[in-house]
Amino acid sequence: MKQKTVKKVKKILLYVLTIMLLFVIILPALWIVVSSLRPRKDILAKPAVWVPRDLSFTSYRMLFSGRRHGEMSVPVREYFRNSIIISVSSTIIAVGIGMFGGYAFSRFKFRGKNTLFLFIMLSRTIPGIALSLPLLIFYSYTKLIDTKIGIIIVYVALNVPFAIWLTDGFFREIPGELSESAQIDGCSRWKAFWKIDFPLAGPGIGASGIFAFLIAWNEFAIANVLTRTLRSKTMPVGLFDFVFEFVMDWRGMCALAVIMLIPAVIITFIIQKNLVKGLTFGALKG
Amino acid sequence: MVRSIRRARMVKIRFPLLMIAPTLVIIAFIVIFPLLFSLYASFTPYYLLQPSTLFELVGLRNYKNLFTDVYFWQAFGRTILFLAVVVNVELFVGLGIALIIQKIVKGSRIIRTVVMIPMMFAPVLVGFQFKYLLNDNIGLVNNFLQLFGVMKVIPWLIDKRLALMSIMAAEIWTSTPLMAIILLAGLLSLPNDPFEAARVDGATNFQMFRYITWPLLSPFVYIALAIRSLDVARAYDIVRIMTGGGPARRTELLWTYIYRRGIVDARFGIASAMSYIAIIISIFFTYFFFRQLIRSRVVQ
Repeated sequence: MKQKTVKKVKKILLYVLTIMLLFVIILPALWIVVSSLRPRKDILAKPAVWVPRDLSFTSYRMLFSGRRHGEMSVPVREYFRNSIIISVSSTIIAVGIGMFGGYAFSRFKFRGKNTLFLFIMLSRTIPGIALSLPLLIFYSYTKLIDTKIGIIIVYVALNVPFAIWLTDGFFREIPGELSESAQIDGCSRWKAFWKIDFPLAGPGIGASGIFAFLIAWNEFAIANVLTRTLRSKTMPVGLFDFVFEFVMDWRGMCALAVIMLIPAVIITFIIQKNLVKGLTFGALKG
Repeated sequence: MVRSIRRARMVKIRFPLLMIAPTLVIIAFIVIFPLLFSLYASFTPYYLLQPSTLFELVGLRNYKNLFTDVYFWQAFGRTILFLAVVVNVELFVGLGIALIIQKIVKGSRIIRTVVMIPMMFAPVLVGFQFKYLLNDNIGLVNNFLQLFGVMKVIPWLIDKRLALMSIMAAEIWTSTPLMAIILLAGLLSLPNDPFEAARVDGATNFQMFRYITWPLLSPFVYIALAIRSLDVARAYDIVRIMTGGGPARRTELLWTYIYRRGIVDARFGIASAMSYIAIIISIFFTYFFFRQLIRSRVVQ
């Protein structure tokens, strides 16, 4: 009897601890969302107004209105467009290139394979800033500076190693005999890849796409150096437009932050089931 | 016959290389070429505003100057302090979270999802978020403290000591989930038998953790530590948005300093030398961590 109560207390304690933990994790993000909806005077109020009231989407409407007046001078619409174009296209290209690389590494034996693999992976350990300095000079001579295509190329290079790593693992799981027998039946190697291996490795290819998108969407260090104007500036760089103004527009910043957050949160919900599995798998492969 | 075999072999070699070629081209273009350029530039006094300085070779002067650059060593030491604190706290808290999630049966899915959310945040966003929460005037934290009668306004991001701690808190908030998830993956993969045997022998929970869970988990701990250390060593975005390296360089880390020298001061030569030192150190640690990892696997 006594043991039972001890167990019950322990269980309740565990749940209380968990709820506290979740609260700490979620609170900062939640506060940003709430702040983006509040009237500006409530954010600045002293003493603080704790219970949110008069919530509205005004700040979002102002961000996307395209009007430039007074403190609301940040052209979020253009930044948003650039972010979407750059993230989506760099993701597609990186996954496309990485998928073939992963296939080659998983299916073929050739000399220097392991060294090449290690080399490609090590290229990812170079910090963005280290690359951004020489790229700045290089880009300003080749007129790639402040272009979307310039940034896209960089993001492809950043994401290809991870795409190779992930798809390599997935292709390994598919028995090679499948496409071999298809080839015996008269499929070309190319066709066998598209008909057999590609659909079977779908989840892995999708996962590498998600990660590539997220990295491109969130990247700041390189974009900060290589973009200048509305032509190519992305949202993470745009967030700084708010910071360095004399009057901080906290509500506008919060709204922009929420817009940046949405894809990340959606993706979390999509992949949470597979992430633990995916990471162990990756971790064990080392 | 012989010819067709030879041709088949040729195709066999050429096909994979063809598939990897685009990767190599883009990495050469974006990673190798710039790195070679900055290696060269690190031996010149390259000053962006005087392009001709790119063609003066000064040998190891930049590297020698670094040894006497107080700011560089301060930033270097601070980066190590930052890394040590952040990674250790993350390991401790992350392990706690992993153990809790492992125990919970009901609602584990929603808990896992929530725990993962901070991981997906852009570092810039995390920085902004904490800048907002810790704002001395309107931030949630100070407002909250005022509820309890703390009337003094605490300048979280302006005070020279608190500022670095605030950045650490932001870094810990965003990255502990990754630590927790890797450790959770490790916990879930542990074999059941040793635990049952220990339970039969009457081991306490603590003993089981100390003598079974922890040693078996160590490869995962190494992986998590390695990934996080390499990541924290290049911290930049968060610092940049929260304090920009200020107040008075008190939160300057290695990469924010390199950025300042390279872009703000336009001293590209010296910035290249610094970034080379930083890169070599990080490659060394990558190697070191992976050697440890392999060793800990062999022992098992």
